[in-house]
Amino acid sequence: MSRETKQILTTDGVPLEVSLKKAERKNKIKAFLLVAPLLLFLLITYIFPIGDMLMRSVDDKMVTEMLPKTFKSMEKWDGNEMPPEEVFESFYLDFQMLVEEKRDGRLSTQLNYTKNGFKSILKKLRRKAKNFEEGNYKEQIMAVHKRWADVEYWRAIKRRAPAYTSSKYLKGMDMYKNEEGKIVNVEEDRRIHRILWLRTLEIAFFVTLLCFLMAYPIAHLLATLPMKYSNLLMICVLLPFWTSLLVRTASWMILLQQQGVVNDFFVMIGLVADDNRPEMMYNKTGTYVAMTQILLPFMVLPLYSVMKTISPSLMRAGKSLGGTPFVTFWKVYFPLTIPGIGAGCLLVFILAIGYYITPALVGGASGTLISNQIAFHMKSTLDWSFASAMGLMLLAGVLAIYWIYNKLVGIDNIKLG
Amino acid sequence: MSKNQEFVKFDKVDKSYDGKVLVVKDLNLDIAEGEFVTMLGPSGSGKTTCLMMLAGFETPTNGEIFLDKNPISNIPPHKRGIGMVFQNYALFPHMTVYENLAFPLRVRKTNKDDIEKKVDKALSMVSLSGFENRMPGQLSGGQQQRVAVARALVFDPQVVLMDEPLGALDKNLRESMQYEIKHIHESIGVTVVYVTHDQSEALTMSNRIAVFNDGKVQQLSSPDKLYEEPVNSFVAEFIGENNTFAGEVTNFQKDQCKVKLLNGSEIIANPISVKSNGDKTTVSLRPERALINTGNKMDNNFKGKIEEVIYHGDHTRVRIDLLGNKEFILKVPNSSANMDIKMGNQINVSWNSHDARALDPK
Repeated sequence: MSRETKQILTTDGVPLEVSLKKAERKNKIKAFLLVAPLLLFLLITYIFPIGDMLMRSVDDKMVTEMLPKTFKSMEKWDGNEMPPEEVFESFYLDFQMLVEEKRDGRLSTQLNYTKNGFKSILKKLRRKAKNFEEGNYKEQIMAVHKRWADVEYWRAIKRRAPAYTSSKYLKGMDMYKNEEGKIVNVEEDRRIHRILWLRTLEIAFFVTLLCFLMAYPIAHLLATLPMKYSNLLMICVLLPFWTSLLVRTASWMILLQQQGVVNDFFVMIGLVADDNRPEMMYNKTGTYVAMTQILLPFMVLPLYSVMKTISPSLMRAGKSLGGTPFVTFWKVYFPLTIPGIGAGCLLVFILAIGYYITPALVGGASGTLISNQIAFHMKSTLDWSFASAMGLMLLAGVLAIYWIYNKLVGIDNIKLG
Repeated sequence: MSKNQEFVKFDKVDKSYDGKVLVVKDLNLDIAEGEFVTMLGPSGSGKTTCLMMLAGFETPTNGEIFLDKNPISNIPPHKRGIGMVFQNYALFPHMTVYENLAFPLRVRKTNKDDIEKKVDKALSMVSLSGFENRMPGQLSGGQQQRVAVARALVFDPQVVLMDEPLGALDKNLRESMQYEIKHIHESIGVTVVYVTHDQSEALTMSNRIAVFNDGKVQQLSSPDKLYEEPVNSFVAEFIGENNTFAGEVTNFQKDQCKVKLLNGSEIIANPISVKSNGDKTTVSLRPERALINTGNKMDNNFKGKIEEVIYHGDHTRVRIDLLGNKEFILKVPNSSANMDIKMGNQINVSWNSHDARALDPK
């Protein structure tokens, strides 16, 4: 119909569309009010913190604000030779202001992140600056310490001029911007984060694989056993799920330690010598064992819910049509469980990639993951912006996995229950 | 014709699931090659169990099943070469129609061209050509059922089993599918064993019907014989409509006997499973064999009171209180001579003693 057709009016002469909107407005408001608390909750507890994390991870305003004059005068400096007198003067003025406000300590910490050696020369400058004469600050500052006469240190200051920085992200990948502004790798013996990222991926991958291999037969049993047995089995699967994570991890510590139950048993049956008990904790083995056990239900449940919907007559049909039990399983049953496999693997993998408590307790040095490193920076070094940056990198990794999964399997193919 | 009369043979087969109750008791059943045999019975009568034993999904507790003279109890289902159509179709939901039909051929390592030819043939047999690339979920119930039938036939099995395949369809579709399956059977001559609890389905389609009850075959015969000459009161009751009189044999002769009913009156009946005077019996009479107002030409003549009249268009169903049986049903053809059928009227009912079969007591 063309747009010129007459507008339909209600019996009162009001256009039908207007009338309809009016009639539905009340319902819409009601519906919105019902969702509003959740929306607010999500906003406050999820969207804001993530936004804050993002800001924090790229935020470099602190130095920018502490040395406003310096950075202004540095704009004209090309960074090739020593900066002109102007720069030294404004740096002196900024620094005196910070000393007065007792904020110079923070500056030295921040500059030290950028280049080692700032701490001592700033301390020295503070002491000497009291006796500075007016004018010719360049000479006076350069006289305080030989590093002040090194152009590298001034370049380092200039690098902190932008209010935003990607340095935390580079650091998270064991890279940094060198003096020429190029992105380079840190020396080989100092690359700790890449190892952690790779280990996190490796452990998450193998935990997912182990969970899948164990959960598939369990879920199949659960789905095919008669009710009275399957209920019991279901409780066995869920019971650990209902136990506190900490308790479960602690019980693995009791089991796995060198004088623990498992080792005792191995010694008892003569599998290992008493004086040669294997270490099964504070290394990767401990992380694998404990995480697999803890994450197993997340694989069993989606698999079970999918398998429950597969009619047993399909397997019978496959066999009656001449398929051997294996062919029937592989061509008929297995493809139908893929939505459950996808859901379970995605769930376990994403949970494993950000796992914290278990690896912290049983992982030792070789079994810790990236999340432990994030926690370390949150609690010990207080470098929250670096922690945020790594947290966001983790989040980006999870989103990337989700995206790949969507491309390969299709997210609407997922079935959680 | 040298067709094997014992193509499928159940030989003294017992089946028990829990070791306490026999679901199938001493089953002996021969099915000829190319025959369409229906196992008919109420639910729990063991008919599906028999089918599952034949398909290989259940093992007989005792006895042996032979397929073309070979015992098959120890052959796994996928090596029996028996096609099967399931109650809920059991099409593979993740495969297209073509892939569903190709499945039995692919597992048999048939070459590609043959697969294509056979699938085409099977699909055109159930008039579904052009549906190759549909997924089962995109088909209606009737189409899914036809695909299931085609899939069970596509690999040329010796025997096709059908387990209540039409149970999920609506009435009209069910009837047209009955004819379709019957025609397919006639045209390719495969042996079909069909399970249903729907007697009209069984009567329409089968060469022979095995009526199951309580784990036993009550009667195995052609549809007409089953209806006209039931051998016991279960079959008489289960197939079609039936009027019954309970009583005791008084005057037993070879081809005729008198039965004294509970209210004291005597009727003449045809002795089927009674042997001598004093035997308890249930006399069975089909509603259409009892006529009204015939004069005295038949050897059983009684008066009854009309209790209920139900108009059915071409005929009228009349419920009569006759000889103490308040549920006696008559089918009266719709004609001007029968206008005096009104509730409360007295009416003359008569039948031939040959049609009143004195069977075992209920």
